[in-house]
Amino acid sequence: MDWLTTVDHKKIAILYLLGGGLFFGIGGIEALLIRLQLIKPMNDMLDAQTFNELITMHGTTMIFLGVMPIVFALMNALIPLQIGARDVAFPFLNALGFWTFLFGGILLNLSWVMGGAPDAGWTAYTPLSSSMYSETHGVDFYTVGLQIAGLGTLIGGLNFLATIITMRAPGMSFMRMPMFTWTSFVTSAMILFAFPAITVGLVLLTFDRILGANFFDVAGGGNPVLWQHIFWIFGHPEVYILILPAFGVISEVIPTFSRKRLFGYSSMVFATILIAFLGFMVWAHHMFTTGLGPVANALFSISTMLIAVPTGIKIFNWLFTMWGGQVSFTTPNLFAVGFIPTFTMGGVTGVMLASAPADFQFHDTYFVVAHFHYVIVGGMVFGLFAGLHYWWPKMFGRMLSEPLGKWTFWTFAIGFHMTFFVQHFLGLIGMQRRIVTYLPNQGFDTMNLISTVGAFLMGVGVIIFLVNIIRTSMKPIGVANDPWGDGRTLEWTIPSPPPEYNFKQIPLVRGIDAYWKEKMAGNTEMAPSEPVGPIHMPSPTILPFIMSLGIFIAGLGLMFSGEEFSNSFMSLIFNNWIVCGLGLLITFGCMLLRSLYDDHGWHIEPEELEEEGV
Amino acid sequence: MATAHVEEVKGQLPHYPEKATLEGRNKILAFWLFLGGEAVLFGTLFATFLTLRNQTNGGPTGDELFGLPLTAAATFILLVSSLTSVFAIQALHRHKLESLKLWLIVTVVLGLGFLCLEIYEFYEYMHLENFSMTTSAFSSAFYTLVGFHGAHVLFGIAWIGVLIGQLYTKGLTVVTAPKVYVSAMYWHFIDVVWVFIFTVVYLLGKVG
Ligand code: HEM
Ligand SMILES: [Cu+2]
Repeated sequence: MDWLTTVDHKKIAILYLLGGGLFFGIGGIEALLIRLQLIKPMNDMLDAQTFNELITMHGTTMIFLGVMPIVFALMNALIPLQIGARDVAFPFLNALGFWTFLFGGILLNLSWVMGGAPDAGWTAYTPLSSSMYSETHGVDFYTVGLQIAGLGTLIGGLNFLATIITMRAPGMSFMRMPMFTWTSFVTSAMILFAFPAITVGLVLLTFDRILGANFFDVAGGGNPVLWQHIFWIFGHPEVYILILPAFGVISEVIPTFSRKRLFGYSSMVFATILIAFLGFMVWAHHMFTTGLGPVANALFSISTMLIAVPTGIKIFNWLFTMWGGQVSFTTPNLFAVGFIPTFTMGGVTGVMLASAPADFQFHDTYFVVAHFHYVIVGGMVFGLFAGLHYWWPKMFGRMLSEPLGKWTFWTFAIGFHMTFFVQHFLGLIGMQRRIVTYLPNQGFDTMNLISTVGAFLMGVGVIIFLVNIIRTSMKPIGVANDPWGDGRTLEWTIPSPPPEYNFKQIPLVRGIDAYWKEKMAGNTEMAPSEPVGPIHMPSPTILPFIMSLGIFIAGLGLMFSGEEFSNSFMSLIFNNWIVCGLGLLITFGCMLLRSLYDDHGWHIEPEELEEEGV
Repeated sequence: MATAHVEEVKGQLPHYPEKATLEGRNKILAFWLFLGGEAVLFGTLFATFLTLRNQTNGGPTGDELFGLPLTAAATFILLVSSLTSVFAIQALHRHKLESLKLWLIVTVVLGLGFLCLEIYEFYEYMHLENFSMTTSAFSSAFYTLVGFHGAHVLFGIAWIGVLIGQLYTKGLTVVTAPKVYVSAMYWHFIDVVWVFIFTVVYLLGKVG
């Protein structure tokens, strides 16, 4: 119950971690099933329909429900701590964002048991995703589920933006902000400008499918290429929304374990902003083969390649940070260092794909699959593993086991390269993406086998990580404020796990890497910027949960509004929009309640702070 | 939630009550950001409409459908309601609760008037002209863009309506002031969007 009503950003972080972890597991199982099907030629383990559903759900789940929420978990756990704040700007909205994500994800996954998962690929290209070619409710689950989950992401991004702009501790200027907070800030801005586009796209597709609109239906005058534009105007920035926070993690982990300042801090900030900006300008490189014409292709080709410049700056800055440092290879740092070559390789194949004529060859082959998995698994997931191992003691007050962590790293990293390295060659010799099987003796057999074995090795790595977590959670809480000993930023100045008010006194920040600076000056603590006083806290509330439940019900009502039920009561309530209206009523009713009853919160008095002895 | 400031200012409201608390300032900042997202949302809808505006699939065209007098009247009403919401905010800054409530009520009434015209317009198209969501790509884009705006107006009316109620029960405080201020920002935003709709949908539909 405590967890249903919490508005504490640290608890919400744990909820995001659990939710994201759950979906990541589901997406992983889907990936393994796909790989099992492709282990040998002419395999008939899965039928083609199931296979389509699996790849669609794997991509969708991983991106929207697995990796994003885990990023949000880290952001929630860390941003307020890193900027020296007691909370996020809008604790209520924070909880609401989590619950809408969770209910959206549940709705999407209900499709497995309610008559067919979405089967048109994670890009849901029309007309493949139109009701003519995708007759089950699968794509409806996709449009409605993602809409609800996307709402949560948007709310979260807005909240982080406001938090970072207004809640920084005295002295924490923008150019003194930790890199993870910086990248989260830029990511949140990207979310704000990218997600409304997919919101509209999903609405249009929903209208086509449920209300019989003609946006993408050529017979009614519609235009399928419009979907591609809308999807990728969102979709390409989305890739950077995923990777930028990982960049932030790497920029925190490498300096800590090199005992050196991040090389080129301001160029890192600049590069981050530039990447975000360019990220919006290049969407049509996903559409070279759509037939936009040579001029458009050339422009998008060049602008895409430009992104390699700021990205290269980042890579070199990380290398220079390690250069001459006292590098210690703890688990987080292994993942961070492992990130650099894998991500770079993904970048290199990215430049290859950005060359429009070459893309005509690579398009829809396993070369593309290899490329984006090098970026999102070799970049993103490595970054997340680095961040989780690094901040685990801060979040939970317990150190993860280092030997098990190293096992996780080696199995995962080796498995990763086994799985995806060979896929470059599979693509080059012509194996297509999104096909359920292939003929023997075309040169595909051995490499597919290697790829599948590698995928299972990665699975082993994940299981070792889970074992590590379970073992650790049995240990008593009790690590120090700064368990790695070389913490540089504000989160390491407070107990692990932090008390619910974070900082007894808001610290005074005197430079980049605020804590490190104090350490170098011989201080063991931050100077406070305020006397000890009562601390204001927001009250817990169940409303965000109920509001999200309302949206969930409305979504189901919308999806089945045109369904012919055998049960007349069901027909009555669904076909007359009663279910949909009821859900909306719940949600708006909660909004009304929230508006009418001012929540004054409560205070923690100074005496209580002393008693706790922190 | 209100901060410790609330007690201090009871009875003597600060000059800009909407910005007196961190909570209030956060709200206003976040709302500006939110409007940035809304701009992308409507931008995408406009782009969609512009792509599909000539795809009438044999159904009615904009030129055949649109009656400028009606939409001009709707535009006028909505513009005036923006003005009255400015008066409301001026009253808020002068701490004149009565005239604040009055101007908000006028704003809501004008909003309702606009909405009635729009509903009438849709009714006419659907039942007299046989122009519905499913007619053509143009019709889908038209109803979606204009309907989205209409839904925003409806939400704004409900929202400001609730706030008027709160002003009656709670008066003007540092808690209610930011809410009123933000709702006025929202109202201006949907007004600006309408100006674009009037130009891009109706005027362009008539002449282009
Ligand atoms: C962890 C191990 C993973 C394995 C073994 C794996 C494997 C696969 C396979 C076999 C496919 C199907 C390729 C095809 O036939 O077109 C695929 C597609 C895809 N994967 Fe993964 N994947 C993994 C992780 C991830 C992660 C972490 C993400 C994103 C965050 C991701 C995103 C995607 C996407 C977007 C697609 C395309 C789906 C589509 O074509 O609609 N994958 N993956
Ligand atoms: Cu891209």
